[in-house]
Amino acid sequence: MIEKHNFAALRLRGKINNRIAFIFLLTIFTFQFLDVHAVQRFPMPEFETGYVHPETLQPTARSEMMAIVDVLVLALALCVVTWLVLKKRSRTGVFWASVLSLAYFGFYRQGCICSIGAIQNVTLALFDNSYVLPLTVIGFFVLPLIFTLFFGRTFCAGVCPFGVMQDLVSFKPQKLGPRLNTVLGLIPYIYLGLAIVYAATRTDFIICRYDPFVGIFRFDASFGMFIFAVTLLASGIFIARPYCRFLCPYGVLLNWISRFSWKHITITPSNCIQCRLCEESCPYDAIDMPVTDKNPESRTVTIRKLILICFLVPFFTILGGWTGSKMHETLACVNGKVRLSKALLLPVHKTDPPESIEITAFRSSGKPLAQLFSEASLILRHFYIAAWIMGCFLGLVFGITLASRMITTYRTDYIPNKGACFSCTRCVDFCPVDRNGDPILKP
Amino acid sequence: MEKPEDRKKINRRRFLATGMRASVLVGIGGVAALVAKKNHAGQMVWQLDPAKCVQCGRCATNCVMTPSAVKCVHMYVMCGYCDLCGGYFKPETKTLTTGAENQLCPTNAIKRKFIEDPFFEYTIDEPLCIGCGKCVKGCGSFGNGSLQLQVRHDRCVNCNQCSIARSCPADAFSQVPAGKPYLLRQIADENKNITAETQRR
Repeated sequence: MIEKHNFAALRLRGKINNRIAFIFLLTIFTFQFLDVHAVQRFPMPEFETGYVHPETLQPTARSEMMAIVDVLVLALALCVVTWLVLKKRSRTGVFWASVLSLAYFGFYRQGCICSIGAIQNVTLALFDNSYVLPLTVIGFFVLPLIFTLFFGRTFCAGVCPFGVMQDLVSFKPQKLGPRLNTVLGLIPYIYLGLAIVYAATRTDFIICRYDPFVGIFRFDASFGMFIFAVTLLASGIFIARPYCRFLCPYGVLLNWISRFSWKHITITPSNCIQCRLCEESCPYDAIDMPVTDKNPESRTVTIRKLILICFLVPFFTILGGWTGSKMHETLACVNGKVRLSKALLLPVHKTDPPESIEITAFRSSGKPLAQLFSEASLILRHFYIAAWIMGCFLGLVFGITLASRMITTYRTDYIPNKGACFSCTRCVDFCPVDRNGDPILKP
Repeated sequence: MEKPEDRKKINRRRFLATGMRASVLVGIGGVAALVAKKNHAGQMVWQLDPAKCVQCGRCATNCVMTPSAVKCVHMYVMCGYCDLCGGYFKPETKTLTTGAENQLCPTNAIKRKFIEDPFFEYTIDEPLCIGCGKCVKGCGSFGNGSLQLQVRHDRCVNCNQCSIARSCPADAFSQVPAGKPYLLRQIADENKNITAETQRR
């Protein structure tokens, strides 16, 4: 009987304990659900000594006027370099202007804002309506393109700090030959395609992430990026401007726009006399040599080539698109949301290492799992479309490159290749005739 | 090379080139107009939202600057001036002294000053702060949450893509207009006015 009573009392006490524990837990959970920042647990004391709390300092960012100054400096630099290239035809002038640009855009502005990276901002603004694009970025994206459309790639010659940096170290440039140039020249298209895909899907800005020179401008590079930059600059001694020629995604746009440029630099100020003096002058293999029609190919061969091109270009375009679409999941793995969903879908074992900060942060944010999954699947669908388009683009580029290797263009003069020429004006000094076509006698 | 008298003459090549140039110009203009018509603003700067921040510690390590441009900022209006400060002392601290073994901050960046019994003022020595967020976590869990991580714009170089934003697990970083560059949290309404005043200054 006593035992039974005791048991009942114990049960009752247990119940009360449970209830207290429940209330205690409830209080704790309430605190948990409230925003920690919104709880004033300890109100500010009323000080008897007349203490007044200090103000929280809020230092402001660099003023907006300075961003406009950047655009004006860019426009001024473009004007000056273009004038030096086209009117003065002076390598010394371009050199000193380019050093000033390097000092301002590189070491003073620390490589940010730059036209190369602006591709991504503009792409993101086109695809994502919620993205707010600073007006100065539009200036940095558009101004060099317009200048290139009228005057050739003078931006590359003496305004872009990346180009100038490499130009300064190209001491012993070697010829790479047309084949190697063509093959390596395909890399920028891939880089541009990836940059646009990742920017359009709001995944990452890969041009900024793998920017080799910004770490040098800031004297603060990570180890990997430092090695990358040093490798580029060291190889730049023998292969002039490796980043500009074989990586730069903005260079792709400038290359194509420059082909239609209105006034482009010419090697000779008057008429080419085929003296061959400028033949070795270009460090970038950008001078097109004369191709004389000693053995012009027969009409049947030309027609066969044309038919082959008409077949190959669409074939590579579709093949590229199909390959790209097969790779869309691999491409999407870079996206944070896709990666998080994949990690959440994995089965959890006891032996696994503790869950990542991302998963903990996601769980504590209180966002429903279904919402994340639907967002991730939407991103995957975007990647599928983007990968098709990118693949088609790369296939088309490959096809056109192949076609351009098949076609022989005949010319009699030494002329700069409008696409590849950086308008550095090195070749100009090699031309032995003046504006009237008279020979210049150099001491 | 063409003769000077040929230069004004139009031929098929030149006609096509002019046409292409015009269409490229229209294309560039079109893209620029399309982008300019959408959301655009003046300068934007990076900032983190303390309400989303989980104090993972990546701000200290992932910034391109060393030490990080993210610092702990003290909102004095929210502070309780506690003797036992959750942001200053380690949880297991026995004696409330300023000894290094008691301090949560790894760089001794929080200064504790006696005001009146039993209240203490805590000040951040910003050059020492590395933005690890340990004090922010302590203050948020045990105190008022007056310590908050913020991007300090006198240090931030405003990268196109913030390298902390990319690795932030809580997605707390966003670009805000440079005119209103801080996202400090406030509590009560009467405090809001004071904070608004400070922000205006």
